[in-house]
Amino acid sequence: MHQRSRFDSVREFIVEKTVLLSGLASIVFVLLIFVFLLKEGLRTFGIVSLEDFLLGRKWYPISSPPKFGILPLIGGTLAVTVGATLLSVPFGIASAFYIAEVAGPRMKEMLKTGIELLAAIPSVVIGFLGMVIVAPFIGDLFDLPTGQTALSGAVMLSLMAMPTIVSIAEDAITAIPGKYREAALALGATRWEYICRIAVRAAAPGIVAAVMLGIGRVIGETMAVMMITGNSAQIPHSLLQPVRTMTATIAAEMGETVPGGDHYAALFAIGLVLFVITFFVNLVADVFLHKDRGTVQ
Amino acid sequence: MTTSSTSPAIETRDLNLYYGSFQALIDVNMVIQPRRITGLIGPSGCGKSTLLRSLNRMNDLIPNVRVYGEIRVFDHNVCDDKTDLVGLRKRVGMVFQRPNPFPLSIYENVVFAARVHKTAKGSDFDDVVERCLSSVLLWEDLKDRLGKSALELSLEQQQRLCIARLLAVMPDILLMDEPCSAMDPASTQGLEELIARLKEEYTIVIVTHNMQQAARVSDDCGFMLLGEMVEFRLTDEMFKIPQDERTRDYVTGRYG
Repeated sequence: MHQRSRFDSVREFIVEKTVLLSGLASIVFVLLIFVFLLKEGLRTFGIVSLEDFLLGRKWYPISSPPKFGILPLIGGTLAVTVGATLLSVPFGIASAFYIAEVAGPRMKEMLKTGIELLAAIPSVVIGFLGMVIVAPFIGDLFDLPTGQTALSGAVMLSLMAMPTIVSIAEDAITAIPGKYREAALALGATRWEYICRIAVRAAAPGIVAAVMLGIGRVIGETMAVMMITGNSAQIPHSLLQPVRTMTATIAAEMGETVPGGDHYAALFAIGLVLFVITFFVNLVADVFLHKDRGTVQ
Repeated sequence: MTTSSTSPAIETRDLNLYYGSFQALIDVNMVIQPRRITGLIGPSGCGKSTLLRSLNRMNDLIPNVRVYGEIRVFDHNVCDDKTDLVGLRKRVGMVFQRPNPFPLSIYENVVFAARVHKTAKGSDFDDVVERCLSSVLLWEDLKDRLGKSALELSLEQQQRLCIARLLAVMPDILLMDEPCSAMDPASTQGLEELIARLKEEYTIVIVTHNMQQAARVSDDCGFMLLGEMVEFRLTDEMFKIPQDERTRDYVTGRYG
């Protein structure tokens, strides 16, 4: 008996500490990544000022002298992100409401499985489909010299943001206490009036979080955009122009740089900018997710 | 029975209700007169809430419910599939066991029905809010903070707000499902006084597990047991000279 309980307490100790370490590991990794980005990226600002870097209109990293202005890249990311958000948010939220409030049990199961499958498609496959089908279609539709545009990227990325938006928004809607629906129906409201007037507001924090996480997904996506947005580092004036995003720039150019060189450092600095953007997007999402738990008991 | 010239507000005829294979109501017959308070009492699981919830078809929300027989509300059979549920629920409103104000402002809670049913617009909303909150004696307390969230109110205030929200629909019948069960004694007394006041304008059916409450507030009373309406009569008679042995045992506290 005595031996046994001692063994148990040792095992307990080991299990507890292992779990603690696993938990801490994620924080340590984030910090290490951030430190590494800082170490490699900050050197850029000895070559070019922060202002010239963020607002410079020319990205010519291998001309001499090189120009490291990432405004066209920020513009490219912005164009693709805004386009994808405009497409995926209305559809995503509508389908979340359909799944949570309207669909019958079988339809619900089918749709949720479908959404999960959509999330499971590798981004390179999405990019491939975009390159072969969507980009030529958009080129023909708008009579453009090339279909590889911000719009093509936005269309494909909206598909990738959808699963995130739908599943998180659907969770938020499903978590609305049933007593609100009961109250609304007992007051003679229809299901539609309940959804528009009560459910939307009761689930609003979760829906905002879903949208932010969907945006985070789009900003960080690399492979698909690299394949279908045309990779042209100019400041876009419409969604029908080729663009190049920050992520695609890093992925496309990192292989050609000299490790430790100026170009190399500049790419890390882009990574730093991306990190800061996604950090804030996720922070906003997190604030809203917790707000959700705070107000709706 | 009372011999009244007015037609009944609610009448059930051989009402049988099943949840799947479980029979929750067995041949329930009752007549509820307008502008009276009818109490439904009985031990837990006797079917009194089920009966109440079938009167405005809230049982429709539960899967596998089957209803046989008739429920006549102002002489219309509401068990019919073609029943206009929105119209029915506008006439027959419900107050729930736990207060369930919407997570909106006090003001928006009260005008919800007016917005949905488009019975008021523009500045009329202010009148609706004042009228309904006054009816439940909340106006003086809340008139300066109508924009605050309804979830910040005390439980009693929340329940009063739910009644006010319901009055905005301008119903004829109020169904109350143990409206005081989440309240402390002082709040219960306040709500009972309110219910007595509302009798002047509304027909009220109140389910309660609290016999004293039924004795205090109701005019007529039904005692239910295992899905059956054992006895339905004037409340005074029910508690003084119950006819059925099971009723006598219940009101004298032998079980329940």
